[in-house]
Amino acid sequence: MTQPQVAPASGNMPARRQPILEVTNLRKYFPVRSSGVVRRTIGQVQAVDGVSFEVPTGAALGLVGESGCGKSTTGRLITRLLDPTSGSMKFEGKEIGKLSNRQMLPLRKEIQMIFQDPYSSLNPRHTVGTIVGTPLRVHKIVPDKLVLDRVRELLEVVGLNPEHYNRYPSEFSGGQRQRIGIARALALQPKLLVADEPVSALDVSIQAQVVNLLQQLQREFDISFLFIAHDLAVVRHFCPEVAVMYLGKIVEVADRETLYNHPHHPYTQALLSAVPDVKQAAIGGRRERIRLEGDVPSPVNPPSGCRFRTRCWMARDICAKQEPPLLQIGPTHKVACHFAGEYGAMPTSPITLNALGVDQHGTPVSGEVASAEDLSKPGFSDEYTNLESHTRSSERLVGDKIVDDPKGDGTATRD
Amino acid sequence: MSENSHFLTEQDPTSAPQQASSGSAFLTVEDLTVRFPTADGTVQAVTDLSYTLEQGKTLGIVGESGSGKSVSSMAIMGLHDPKRSEMSGSIRVGDTEILGLSNNKMQKIRGGDVAMIFQDPLTSLHPFYSIGDQISEGYRAHADVSKSKAKAKAIEMLDRVGIPQARSRVDDYPHHFSGGMRQRAMIAMALVNDPKLLIADEPTTALDVTVQAQILDLLQELQHDFDSAIIIITHDLGVVAEMADDVLVMYGGRGVEYGPCRDILTHPQMPYTWGLLSSVPDVTGDTSAQLIPIPGNPPSLLNPPTGCPFHPRCAHRDKVPGDLCRSELPQLIPGNRGPGHVKRCHLADPEEIYLTEILPEIAPDLVELIMHENDDVAPGNGR
Amino acid sequence: MVGYIIRRIVSGALVLLATSVAVFALFFYGPADPAEAYCPETRCTPERLENIRAGLGLDRPVLVQYGEYMKGIVVGNDFEIGSIAIPCDAPCLGVSFKLRVDVTDYLLDRFPATVSLAVGGSVIFLTLGLAVGIFAARRRGTSADKGIVGASLIVNAIPYYLLALLAYLYLISAWAIFPETAYVSPLEEGLLPWIKGLLLPWLVIGVFYSTQYARFGRGSMIEALNEDFVRTARAKGLPERKVVMKHGLRAAVVPIVTIFGLDFAGLLAGTVFTEQIFSIQGIGLSAIQAIGTKDLPIISATVLFAAFLVVTANIVVDIVYSMIDPRVRL
Repeated sequence: MTQPQVAPASGNMPARRQPILEVTNLRKYFPVRSSGVVRRTIGQVQAVDGVSFEVPTGAALGLVGESGCGKSTTGRLITRLLDPTSGSMKFEGKEIGKLSNRQMLPLRKEIQMIFQDPYSSLNPRHTVGTIVGTPLRVHKIVPDKLVLDRVRELLEVVGLNPEHYNRYPSEFSGGQRQRIGIARALALQPKLLVADEPVSALDVSIQAQVVNLLQQLQREFDISFLFIAHDLAVVRHFCPEVAVMYLGKIVEVADRETLYNHPHHPYTQALLSAVPDVKQAAIGGRRERIRLEGDVPSPVNPPSGCRFRTRCWMARDICAKQEPPLLQIGPTHKVACHFAGEYGAMPTSPITLNALGVDQHGTPVSGEVASAEDLSKPGFSDEYTNLESHTRSSERLVGDKIVDDPKGDGTATRD
Repeated sequence: MSENSHFLTEQDPTSAPQQASSGSAFLTVEDLTVRFPTADGTVQAVTDLSYTLEQGKTLGIVGESGSGKSVSSMAIMGLHDPKRSEMSGSIRVGDTEILGLSNNKMQKIRGGDVAMIFQDPLTSLHPFYSIGDQISEGYRAHADVSKSKAKAKAIEMLDRVGIPQARSRVDDYPHHFSGGMRQRAMIAMALVNDPKLLIADEPTTALDVTVQAQILDLLQELQHDFDSAIIIITHDLGVVAEMADDVLVMYGGRGVEYGPCRDILTHPQMPYTWGLLSSVPDVTGDTSAQLIPIPGNPPSLLNPPTGCPFHPRCAHRDKVPGDLCRSELPQLIPGNRGPGHVKRCHLADPEEIYLTEILPEIAPDLVELIMHENDDVAPGNGR
Repeated sequence: MVGYIIRRIVSGALVLLATSVAVFALFFYGPADPAEAYCPETRCTPERLENIRAGLGLDRPVLVQYGEYMKGIVVGNDFEIGSIAIPCDAPCLGVSFKLRVDVTDYLLDRFPATVSLAVGGSVIFLTLGLAVGIFAARRRGTSADKGIVGASLIVNAIPYYLLALLAYLYLISAWAIFPETAYVSPLEEGLLPWIKGLLLPWLVIGVFYSTQYARFGRGSMIEALNEDFVRTARAKGLPERKVVMKHGLRAAVVPIVTIFGLDFAGLLAGTVFTEQIFSIQGIGLSAIQAIGTKDLPIISATVLFAAFLVVTANIVVDIVYSMIDPRVRL
């Protein structure tokens, strides 16, 4: 058993506060019904399939991925707009996944959501004052006669004219409407804001305004963010930690520097290489683009083992047989890949063998027990697996003996 | 090709034969103005727009909502209702003047020599007809062929754009395809008649980034094969950086900067372009780089600002003496970077301001590189 | 698809069942005494009433009576009161002692007239309405468009019966432009007499209903012509006619299918005013007459019949919908 390297003393990094949200093994399946006479459930859309992460208090976790990866569904699960099929969600240590609507009511003050489309997420028949003031009234935060003052304050905080509370959303531009949505979300002084693509529908110059506003609000009010987006550049700007999702699973989660400069998962690498980089292209440098073939598989019938293997250039036997666990490989870096490594320097033998108790080809090895680490624990722990001990290609560690690889193909003689 | 010869021998009686203004320019737009009279007043969608495009080249038109980028391109296709719009100026495709052309003649050009693909392939394809039907239809509108021949062509085009199992997928409906495949099908439909000019209006905005990469690659490949001119309209500077040879920046219905792509991105000369570059985050580079938004909102096209259209939002107004920015519209003239790179701004030395004030904020790691590039390249040499 | 149809038929049957219960309740527990319906007016004595009640079995428990009623629908029933016996074959919806007929036969006899009115009228209002609607949509904002919208509003504001009455009074009676209206079977007497007899009612129905379809078609068409795929069709260089008809109309027609289905079902259930004013023996007229004579078996049968038509129309509309729009997967 490889001895996991203990992380360097955490004097290097700022002390991590207790996370405000801990999600463990969250699942959401949507039933697919047959079209026969009797409508039986013939399948499940596995929209979110066992994700675990945590949102640090006062900071932001970015959740990125492409369409169908499940990030929006995750956002809705956290705000309980959808009910989870299974799994746990802990807000400030308290389990919120199974609370009834009534029990959720006080919590709704703490967790709020900002939506993507500023044109359809505001009721066109309500004035701005009504939109922003309704949460205050529902939760009885302030007595009725003080609601208007509070609304004015909120409008000012988001950079709108406080005297416009009597206007209708149609009188505002897209960026301004998004600010109204933010004011509404802020009205209850939430601790956690789930922002579901808050700037995608906006013009580029306005996006920057809103992103800056959100950063300013975060600093001022110590709000934690779950920032869901498909725009990798915006997420990088806003979030110190980022998780990448693919087909309902988290494939990599790391701090910003590590994820963007040293991605270890092939999907993350492909994603980053696909983003056109203005500044690089301008000076003539161009990263080699990784071309992904084909389309994202259907979430009703995801590939066995690793979901990315149908498009991955590294896929091998073990990828089809065993789903790679989200393994921690750095102080703030987790990857779900059997061959995780820097692009161009990926290991030739899997790194997950000990964690899963299997051999090179994915078959369970009798006598080997899967690592006792709880691999679905959200967040980062102090212990992690050091990859360097896995990159030596002609050796494989079994038990605590180093065995030679005479055939050179990764199959070793067992001792 | 039969369409080609038909096109060239046609004489439009309303316009005298024109000389192409520069060498091999296939598309020449000159002082194009498009206005829409409405109940609230006249919307000045595009004003005095001029640019040229050669075959085999790509022009990127960059702008935000209300910049007029889509309106001007739709004018090239003659897609504006003449009863609801007022157009003046000149648009020449090959040797034909587009403005004022009769609808019959316009129909021959649309989908023939000039084709367009749109932003959202889901709504831009008819949901009730199969992809094959829609492609065949486009083919038969410009070539006198049988249905079976047209269908064979449709299969060939689907194959060409990389749709697997084209033979069986040709009878599928648009909603059976994924977003990326749909956009490929649209491209197939647009290219079926070998157009000389392809206008792509935000072709990848609705797509995932990995799919976007595939589509952009496909467009470049097809351009290489067909030698078509491409206009790519987008708000995404990254797309422009990858695809475009030349860039036209539009704001408030006017062209405000125009030049070779690389020069515009490394040595932008106009505060709006600076604003665009400053407000867009990147996936590489310094994380301490600031996001500097452009304050305010896009201008009203009903009552455009006086003078320079950008002046109400410009942070460098005070560097121009007097009240010039508010009172006088700057002309589109060359700046520090030679005759190939024009800008519409009163600032005397934009290069200086850019290198000393803007670049260090938004891309501090590139400052050295670009400064040194400046030393090697004498002004006037462009790239 | 087949599964969908079966499910809809099952749920439709349930709706009909519920309707039959309501009808039954109305018949037996409504304000009118059912026995009176069977009692000849002139010679009705309390004794006779009692006899009839016994004869009809009205003193038996409710469920038994309902059971008999339903059984009648399946296998038929014979009614006998005093000396009068009226056989009733399946499906038996009751008998009318006032008219001495089996209700089902009676209605089926009158159904062709109503069908003729409905079909002829629909052909006219659909083509006229849609043509006008498309015309107006393409010229949106012009004075022609405004004129059409205004005219259709005015015509729609005139109560239907007034329109029909005026048509009858002027076009038939006073100016004799049209012959007297009547229903004649096209199979027996030929197509031309059939058309001549019904032409004016068709026109009246056609013109009146066309206003709704013109307005609705116009709106639907304007929306369709603003769709992105119409823009694409133009961008391909298709002739404008093709753009409007093949791309625009095909999309615009979908909501109209829904409305038409229900309208047609309503017409089939009886165009009361038309039949009354133009003296056409259809189902609507029969229903009105039955109400006048308190002939409950006929009334309840027409209610059930109308319900059946509406349920069927809904199912057919949904199926047609899925045939037009490939995105609708049943």
